[in-house]
Amino acid sequence: MFPYLRLGPLLLQTPGLALLIGVWLGLSLAEKESVKLSLKPDQVYNLIFFGLVSGLIGARLAYAARFLNAYLESPLSLFSINPNTLSPGDGLVIGLVVAGVYGWRKGLPLRPTLDALAPGLAAFMIALGVAHFLSGDAFGARTDLPWKIYLWNDYRHPTQVYEILLASGIFMLVRFRPLGNPGQGVNFLTVVALSAAARVFLEAFRGDSLIWSGGFRAAQIVGLVILAAALFMIKAWAQPQEPQPEQAQ
Amino acid sequence: MDGRRWTTLTLAVLALGVVWTFASRAPLAATTGGAPPPSPREGFSAPDFTLDSLDGGQTTLSDLRGHIVLVNLWASWCLPCRAEMPAIERVYRSYKDLGLIVLAVNATNQDSVAAARAFIEARGLTFPVLLDRTGSVSAAYNLRGLPSSFFIDRQGVIRSVVIGGPMNEALIQSKVESLLKETP
Repeated sequence: MFPYLRLGPLLLQTPGLALLIGVWLGLSLAEKESVKLSLKPDQVYNLIFFGLVSGLIGARLAYAARFLNAYLESPLSLFSINPNTLSPGDGLVIGLVVAGVYGWRKGLPLRPTLDALAPGLAAFMIALGVAHFLSGDAFGARTDLPWKIYLWNDYRHPTQVYEILLASGIFMLVRFRPLGNPGQGVNFLTVVALSAAARVFLEAFRGDSLIWSGGFRAAQIVGLVILAAALFMIKAWAQPQEPQPEQAQ
Repeated sequence: MDGRRWTTLTLAVLALGVVWTFASRAPLAATTGGAPPPSPREGFSAPDFTLDSLDGGQTTLSDLRGHIVLVNLWASWCLPCRAEMPAIERVYRSYKDLGLIVLAVNATNQDSVAAARAFIEARGLTFPVLLDRTGSVSAAYNLRGLPSSFFIDRQGVIRSVVIGGPMNEALIQSKVESLLKETP
């Protein structure tokens, strides 16, 4: 694990760098895919960009709102680049809402737009695995298997490597063997379903699971719900659609 | 694939998922939510140490259970370390009566006692300064960059790690406040 890289006086956070590369890859792939689907690439690019930026700002503001006194005393701290003062869940919701509103105002058709995002999202999931590998987050449970790695003072499952491998498989499938017809939204749902299935499978090997009552791992329960929803939506969305003449050229 | 076959496949996948989820249930102690071993990351017990203080005497981290502890690894030549010290001091003064303890662990193996003392006195810093003469604490905390800060809860578990700096006052205050809000 190599979470930090010192470049002179700078301490570069390599997981953040991996995520940035993932975002860049995701944006590039989404632009290419949007051309294939007869969408305007700049609108799809802006959709992601505004979602990301507003998500980031929202995550900081939501964190500051939780500790209002601290930020009222030193408001300039709002502009800190430190990732420790973000509220990721709130940022995700805000980013999705802003992206949704942008897409609606620009008249972007839902299902083709989601399909345009699919390969980029799958590529980002690989980058997320790499970020976990570099930071040592999402670490595995103790094991004696031959491929164990030494991390956090114990021999553990290399769950970050499992994550990268599964995400790579999902990426290959949605990029080169997409299910359904282009623009149906099925390719996007495939990414969601396979990512949820991967999480349900991988969580069993994790050493940092949130455990709910009865010993159930929270991420597996949530993953199963998402998997079920995605699989049933694939069936519904795979039905032939009426033509949509208003689709952007 | 026709609808009926897809439904059958969906139900089979979900059944498999439920069985796998049930089979991979784990007791709380199997994850870091149980009795976490010592390691310098969130969710694990803070590695213990006993160090000499700049003002004489010794301090042992595990003796401070029941308090919120901020362990800050620093050196007098490190500019971000110097920059964040006033913010740490202000938060320490505000919250020490509520149970906050700051341990400023000087990486003395790559600094000097004289330089550390001169800096502390010049800035009028009042929190305890400890001397890591052999680098054992730096090693135990996988020190990769200065400054490094570890926010430790009342049970001795690391709850937040900040590598690099300088930390601003709002960051320090928010981390301390969230730990103070937890039931002792």
